[in-house]
Amino acid sequence: MSFDLRLRRRLGGRTIALDCVADARLIALIGPSGVGKTSILNMVAGLRRPDEGHVRIGGDTLFDSASGIDRPAEDRHAGYLFQDLRLFPHMRVERNLRYGRRPGGALSEDEVLAFLGIGHLLHRMPPTLSGGEAQRVAIGRALLSAPRFLLMDEPLSGVDRARREEILRLIERVRDELRLPILYVTHDLHEAERLADRIVEMPDG
Amino acid sequence: MDFSLSPQDWTVIGLSLKISLVAVTTMLPIAFALAWILARWRFPGKLLLDALVHLPLVVPPVVTGWLLLLLFGINGPIGSRLDQWFGVTLLFRWTGAALAAAIMAMPLMVRAMRLSIESVDRRLEQAAQTLGASPLRRFLSISLPLSLPGIFAGAMLGFARSIGEFGATITFVSDIPGETRTLPIAIYAALQVPGAEAAVSRFAIISVLLSLGALLISEILARRATQGRMPHVL
Repeated sequence: MSFDLRLRRRLGGRTIALDCVADARLIALIGPSGVGKTSILNMVAGLRRPDEGHVRIGGDTLFDSASGIDRPAEDRHAGYLFQDLRLFPHMRVERNLRYGRRPGGALSEDEVLAFLGIGHLLHRMPPTLSGGEAQRVAIGRALLSAPRFLLMDEPLSGVDRARREEILRLIERVRDELRLPILYVTHDLHEAERLADRIVEMPDG
Repeated sequence: MDFSLSPQDWTVIGLSLKISLVAVTTMLPIAFALAWILARWRFPGKLLLDALVHLPLVVPPVVTGWLLLLLFGINGPIGSRLDQWFGVTLLFRWTGAALAAAIMAMPLMVRAMRLSIESVDRRLEQAAQTLGASPLRRFLSISLPLSLPGIFAGAMLGFARSIGEFGATITFVSDIPGETRTLPIAIYAALQVPGAEAAVSRFAIISVLLSLGALLISEILARRATQGRMPHVL
């Protein structure tokens, strides 16, 4: 099983919950905004603590409230592509890319640069990048950290229409060529149907 | 008006600079730690700490000087131990003037630093965390560089405040030429002497120039920092 997720977290008056066991390359988590899709990603990444449940990915237990396992976010090896990208604004692209570099990644640095077509951006500062460029740098930064799985939060939201197709193809290539399990959040059913081999709908409220 | 500076004048200027520099550099890490705690930590008694930090800003400076006298005087709880253990006396020394200046500068330094720490985007630290960065590395590579403009601003304010410090200093370490007679104290002393208007205006102009210089230097430093490495922090 690539993903075995069971998460509960009470937030305000409601409960964010997900039960999902799937052997899928890409699971799309779909639902209207505000149902807690990003919270789910944060719990999987270790940035938020679920009240109860477990997170197992590729046979690795990252969190289990029953046995008290809670690996800190820095040890979970998640490649998290945030919706707002979160490139470090005070570092050049090159330092951003190398920030989380760990050995054992599927691709070398040169391969990542070629794969994403960002070799010419290395000396730029993040605020000077276009939406599509910043998106590719953020993907590159996640890939270079040798992740064991990827979390993608609405990766098309900050990209203009003309660049959407390009980023979609890139995500398909990451999915097919790198063979990293991907948990993908979107509110767009078409996007989910195109990319996912499993779609999980988050209930409203 | 005669603007040539006597050796005594230079002593006053040098002493003021030395005291302010020592005060600010000593207070810098302490103020940053306080700013960090006030910006990031949650604990009971935080309001009290916040109030204590701001106390020198609102209490009459002469009261702060008197409290320093009680604490760091020869028989004070801290002063007596400094003397016994290290043979160090702050009373009537330039080091005491630096302590008074540092205490008086602290609230302004902490405020400026706290604001800039609070404006650091915590989500960037989370991103660094998912990329495997330890708490120390997150601090050194993200939080600290992104709050540098506020650290510069705080140091600048602290320096300007130290140059102007008068009340707590004269109460704590008195007016000793060559040891504790800083610019404001020299101005006050000159005002007590009939016919010393020239000295007063010389010192006053120097005070203004020093403060202006401190402002300009820190502006340039902050601007260089923002242009070179942190384009959209300020």
